[in-house]
Amino acid sequence: MQKRRKLGRGVAIIGAGMSKFGAFREKIQRDFFVEAFEEMVSSVDKGLDIKDIDALYLGNFSSDVFENQVHLGPIIADWIGLTPKPATRTEGACAASALAFREGVFAIASGFYDVVLVGGVEKMTSLSTERVTEALALATDMSYEGRVGFTFPGVFGATATAYMEKYGARPEHFMRVAIKNHRNARLNPKAQFNASILDIMNSRMERAKKKGEPVPTWKDEWDFLHDPQVNPVVAWPMRLYDCCPISDGASCMLLVAEEIAKDFTPNPIYVTGIGQGSGRPLHTKEALTYFEATRYAANEAYQMAGLKPEDIQIAEVHDCFTVAEICHIEDLGFFKPGEGYKAVEQGLTERTGPKPINTSGGLKCKGHPVGATGVAQLYEIWKQLRGEAQERQVPIKDLRIGAAHNLGGTGGTCTFNILERR
Amino acid sequence: MEERAFITASYEQFLNQGKLMGSRCKKCGALFLPPRPICINCFGSEMEWAQMKGKGKLIAFTCIAVGPPFMIQEGYSREHPYCVGVVELEEGVRIDSRIEGVDTTKPEAIKIGTPLTVEFLHRGEGEKSATFLAFKPL
Ligand SMILES: [Zn+2]
Repeated sequence: MQKRRKLGRGVAIIGAGMSKFGAFREKIQRDFFVEAFEEMVSSVDKGLDIKDIDALYLGNFSSDVFENQVHLGPIIADWIGLTPKPATRTEGACAASALAFREGVFAIASGFYDVVLVGGVEKMTSLSTERVTEALALATDMSYEGRVGFTFPGVFGATATAYMEKYGARPEHFMRVAIKNHRNARLNPKAQFNASILDIMNSRMERAKKKGEPVPTWKDEWDFLHDPQVNPVVAWPMRLYDCCPISDGASCMLLVAEEIAKDFTPNPIYVTGIGQGSGRPLHTKEALTYFEATRYAANEAYQMAGLKPEDIQIAEVHDCFTVAEICHIEDLGFFKPGEGYKAVEQGLTERTGPKPINTSGGLKCKGHPVGATGVAQLYEIWKQLRGEAQERQVPIKDLRIGAAHNLGGTGGTCTFNILERR
Repeated sequence: MEERAFITASYEQFLNQGKLMGSRCKKCGALFLPPRPICINCFGSEMEWAQMKGKGKLIAFTCIAVGPPFMIQEGYSREHPYCVGVVELEEGVRIDSRIEGVDTTKPEAIKIGTPLTVEFLHRGEGEKSATFLAFKPL
């Protein structure tokens, strides 16, 4: 039984921003962060004096490998004019900025700071796919998983074969996650793939027509996803359209002590549950079909918030690979073990369904600049809870409770954070 | 059994000698592969080496088309993927391993539960030589 935990004092989000995600050849890490920061500043309803920010916690997985640049904390702090305020980089692989968020929450809850900027950034597209694969694989257990040739897609491919064997799922169930998330990303102008799979099919046909090349024909989305020319296997059974893209981008949000939140906005979003867990590599994890770190993190957050999985009205769930979304909607308690793929098939996790998952398009389609992802997920929940998600706003009456689940490595670091509108 | 530290280097040296070695807690008998210096069952730190028979079954796998540079150097590619998996040994422990002797262009035909036997892949020369753990169908 996990201990029920609480914060020393309440913490609220009063502003948030994210850059457009995608591949931007000429921009580097700080350029993305500035874009996110400027949106955050303008999102503070009653205005913000940047001098009031006490500290920065910045998630970044590996500017070391991607950009030949370490020590991003003070570099970003300088670029937005925060120095000499302290800046600290957090690293938790793809959960790096969820850890920054958590540190920011702790810093305020302890009473030490009142106003903290948290966020994350990653510039990944400077390297080839092979080099990015190698860089990401550094977050596996390199002595054992990485040693025998496991890659990130490989770890999730192995998870998928174990899941299919245990529960009778088929690769088509994973494809459904991709179809759903593409449909959501179509409504998200900041998404890397701002297009449904049908849109992509049509644009490919048009491009071929224009170039005078043979025009490909696909009956439907399924036909397209089964075409090895456009959707080749990356790590069986994960195909290209089961994998998140390689992305650049940044995200940030401003956390303040609950008692001063209304000074900044009439509509703060409160942090009511936070959770983090650690997991083990493939050969020693409890089971191959679930993530013990997610279960631990979720339990911690639910207990703290006094909520149950059914109370969460909307969630962003770490879908670095389509199978991950299915496993995690089970681990978070939204669906029973082995029922996640059926829930997706029945449309329960659609944007307009009873449990909308990844309305932003998820990592799969919004993009996954790894260090930026954790806070970018919270950004989507912030937008939805404030009713500011525009075209992709979920049609839930009295939307008050949302959550975000972020995973790092092969499940080594998992976080779950619950946000509420009061 | 030899006196060797319960560290990753020892595991690698044993692989090089064609032995798959785990560690066993002298206090509670828990078996660990790869070998651990601290028992995560009882937190005892008195360990002894235990040799695995090298027989097991496949419990998860994937065929990787886009691999890291060291696998590409071995000749693997999008057209010629390699298989890796998790093997559950007869002794009850699990290990990440390369899987040899399967058709990686037809991954749908590879069956979970396939009985496997250990194989040691020696690659490279001199300073750069290394032994990789592999399993193949019986
Ligand atoms: Zn023991």
